[in-house]
Amino acid sequence: MTGTQASWNDQRIEQIIGVLLRVGVSLSAALVFAAGIAYLWQNHAVRVSYQQFHGEAAELTSVAGVVRGAASLDALALMQLGLLILIATPVARVLFAAFAFALEHDWLYVVVSLIVFAVLMATLTGWVV
Amino acid sequence: MTTLEFTIVVWLGSFLAGFLGALTGLGGGVVVVPMLVLLLGVDIRYAIGASLVSVIATSSGAAAAYVREGYSNIRIGMFLEIATTVGAAVGALIAAKVSGGAIGFVFGLVLLYSAFLSRHDPSKHFVNKPPDALATKLRMNSDFPGADGREAYNVYQVPGGFGLMFGAGMLSGLLGIGSGAVKVLAMDQVMKIPFKVSTTTSNFMIGVTAAASAGVYLSRGYIDPRLAMPVMLGVLAGSLVGAKVLVRANVRVLRYVFAIVIAVLGIEMLYNAVTGKL
Repeated sequence: MTGTQASWNDQRIEQIIGVLLRVGVSLSAALVFAAGIAYLWQNHAVRVSYQQFHGEAAELTSVAGVVRGAASLDALALMQLGLLILIATPVARVLFAAFAFALEHDWLYVVVSLIVFAVLMATLTGWVV
Repeated sequence: MTTLEFTIVVWLGSFLAGFLGALTGLGGGVVVVPMLVLLLGVDIRYAIGASLVSVIATSSGAAAAYVREGYSNIRIGMFLEIATTVGAAVGALIAAKVSGGAIGFVFGLVLLYSAFLSRHDPSKHFVNKPPDALATKLRMNSDFPGADGREAYNVYQVPGGFGLMFGAGMLSGLLGIGSGAVKVLAMDQVMKIPFKVSTTTSNFMIGVTAAASAGVYLSRGYIDPRLAMPVMLGVLAGSLVGAKVLVRANVRVLRYVFAIVIAVLGIEMLYNAVTGKL
């Protein structure tokens, strides 16, 4: 591709999306791992059981709550933040695709991408519960 | 078990699940959930929450490798994601309403079906029909790198594929799996998209589909970071190693063994669901 002006074709869009996804996953895995080590350091000897379901504490069930907890450097909230970054990678991918389709003047697929994005936002903001 | 022991056991199991999932093309979710539920006694809602997160990791992690090959079709994927994301949101809402036993029952059936599917080799179809009007309007017909240059292909039966994708999304949201097998079925069998294009596009779609139910799972408290941490890291590492080995390995025998394991897990899942142990 050297020497030529890279155009906005599908192949190039997908390559950028691939890099975007990989960066997101790496960032997420690194944060979850580091926060996980910190959590285990503090709680390694605590007995655990997941046989009864009782949901999570309110701080861990919303984007705002997780960000607040992570800001106070709580290990559990930092792990959850890493997982949220992971969940955000495909969302970013859809948004980027909408943007790239707009550069191609493919308005039909701009609309398609934005519909998918709207569905994702509806569930992630807790609007659909 | 202490937290440390539990974390290590779950990581090792998840690594194995991700490894086998990548080798057989079934994905890590279908193994991780029964492992957590049947072997470690984890409540199925926590299990599907952790599995769903690992599904996103595998999908996004593998995407960079897939796009380099130039098989996946972003238009087909994006259009069908309307169906899978809405289906996933509906599936996740159903999961929140029904009992753990009901989820386990459906999961058992899906395991048995996956075992049955994984015995088959990918189909090859040569279609010599004129291009489909709707697929042409949606600009889905494309080409992919073949043995001698780029090979063109046409897409058929868009409404049928779209409907099946809604079902795939629902299963994904209900069970916390990628349901890649159903997605490939919709594209490969129904829409007559070449197998390699179907599988790579499906991989792309799995992450977006799972993200749609992740929001519901999060607000319902299904995603426990202590459990999701080793599951996500284990499945991700296992699937990356699996994808490397896949290039060299002869997976026929392995697929057969894996199909039996999946079938046994499916029967045990059904048994536990029916006897009220889930």
